[in-house]
Amino acid sequence: MSVLLIAEHNNQDLKPFTLNAVTAAAQMGEDLHAIIIGQNCGDSAKKLSELPLVKKVIQVEAAHYENFVAENFAPVIIKLAERYSHIVCSANTFGKNLMPRIAASLDTSQVSDIIKVISPDTFLRPIYAGNAFATVKSKDAKKCVTIRPTSFDPCESSGGSASIEKVEPGEEFNNTKFVKREEIKSDRPELGTARVVVSGGRGMQSGDNFKLITSLADKLNAAIGASRAAVDAGYIGNDHQVGQTGKVVVPDLYIAVGISGAIQHLAGMKESKVIVAINKDGEAPIFSVADYGLEADLFEAVPQFLDELNKLNTIQK
Amino acid sequence: MKILVAVKRVIDYNVQIRVKEDKTGVVTDNVKMSTNPPDDNAIEEAVKIKEAGKATEVIAVSVGEEKAQETVRKALAVGADKGILIKTDGVLEPLAVSKLLQKIVEKEKPDLVFMGKQAIDDDCNQTGQMLSALLNWPQATFASKIEIKDKKLEVTREIDEGLETIEIGIPAIVTCDLRLNEPRYASLPNIMKAKKKPIDQINASDLGVDTSPRIEHIKIEEPPKRKAGIKVSSVAELVQKLKNEAKVI
Repeated sequence: MSVLLIAEHNNQDLKPFTLNAVTAAAQMGEDLHAIIIGQNCGDSAKKLSELPLVKKVIQVEAAHYENFVAENFAPVIIKLAERYSHIVCSANTFGKNLMPRIAASLDTSQVSDIIKVISPDTFLRPIYAGNAFATVKSKDAKKCVTIRPTSFDPCESSGGSASIEKVEPGEEFNNTKFVKREEIKSDRPELGTARVVVSGGRGMQSGDNFKLITSLADKLNAAIGASRAAVDAGYIGNDHQVGQTGKVVVPDLYIAVGISGAIQHLAGMKESKVIVAINKDGEAPIFSVADYGLEADLFEAVPQFLDELNKLNTIQK
Repeated sequence: MKILVAVKRVIDYNVQIRVKEDKTGVVTDNVKMSTNPPDDNAIEEAVKIKEAGKATEVIAVSVGEEKAQETVRKALAVGADKGILIKTDGVLEPLAVSKLLQKIVEKEKPDLVFMGKQAIDDDCNQTGQMLSALLNWPQATFASKIEIKDKKLEVTREIDEGLETIEIGIPAIVTCDLRLNEPRYASLPNIMKAKKKPIDQINASDLGVDTSPRIEHIKIEEPPKRKAGIKVSSVAELVQKLKNEAKVI
């Protein structure tokens, strides 16, 4: 039987993490199919068909798929599930919202947020905010798995030519209506995929002070992150939250400014390649994961950091 | 309107987890237990809706061992009217929990079911969505704002890209995010009053649900340790290290 990957996209284009999910899904079985459900998503379907690991694309279009409502998506997958051994999706808010609805309908116990495929039925997944790793084996005939995209490399994106099969849409679920989406548009790299992330915490003291983080991020061409404390305090939007219940990031460089390092924050960033912590409290737990710790007042250290970077003037884009 | 709120007893979020030497799980003996944090938001929201006169009853339900009664009791102390404990031995998977909750929903007939978006122990993020699927009800996950509009709810959801608003018909499931509200603390008089509120105890085995595990835990291990870093004495040193040693800028 084949593996079915549910592609994440915004109709116009595939979401970058779909490529990471393809890599993970391809490790679960040889014959990988990818399904794209949306409206006017032909270009995305074509891009999906060009991924060499994808052997077949299933495209389902209808107006009620335009906004990714799980109640509309789940029946489409359930109807096709018979042909598949695995149903796979990214463990971001799209997949987290959708997959359990599919799994319960198929009477399957879902395996969430895996970071490694050990064999087609055995996976590694973090639990307790990444403070323990569980090796789990699914005994269900059909596996429903969500994958942590940052734990898998993106797949090759060109050279393939899978066939695209169009499938008739299912009915609309009438009790859920999309109203609006407020996406924060930015020229910065996306938090999930950025090479450098600069994050601010409660130590920033106000939303206004976050402009220090913004300047540093501008200088380093970095994405902006935040601790839950900073988001809860209203300094910055929820889409910036890094942690157990926010986003998991693994950049080459993570700079934590004024972040104490609560367990739930560390869960979202401690796999970063190089971690820098700037905090005036020398005992802050963030220093236990930092490669380079600077015990200093951030309001002095960040402007100095900017000066030093200006001196270097050799920042990679 | 009646609101059922599911609450889970978990290791307190401030506790540093220790993995058992035999790799069968994490140490829970003599470890502080608390309500799963976003479940506190779920209870708070239900109580607020009741206080606003838009709900008549809030029922707190937990699935777990005898001690999960404390978690239900805490929900009663912050304003739930009645508790239900579905007793089980050991830990159940979200699929089993959602099937048990389905039985409670069929019996209690709530208009809304609230719970936290994710439990901070297994980090599964499944139960609410699974219950929605089993009941064929609408689901609003990761809610940071709920407005009741006649027989509908308008819910703002926290998604990766920002915020999304959906409108769902009642009955419905809502899974709550941490920014939905500020959970209150129970006052001493309310803690005392909660002791007199009823908690129905039901054995999971009496609900006719197959709760046997479908996932085998082969081993639980400590994650690889990061090697200890260094403290730098100045910003200039930091920048030099980042450039010449780590080579990341």
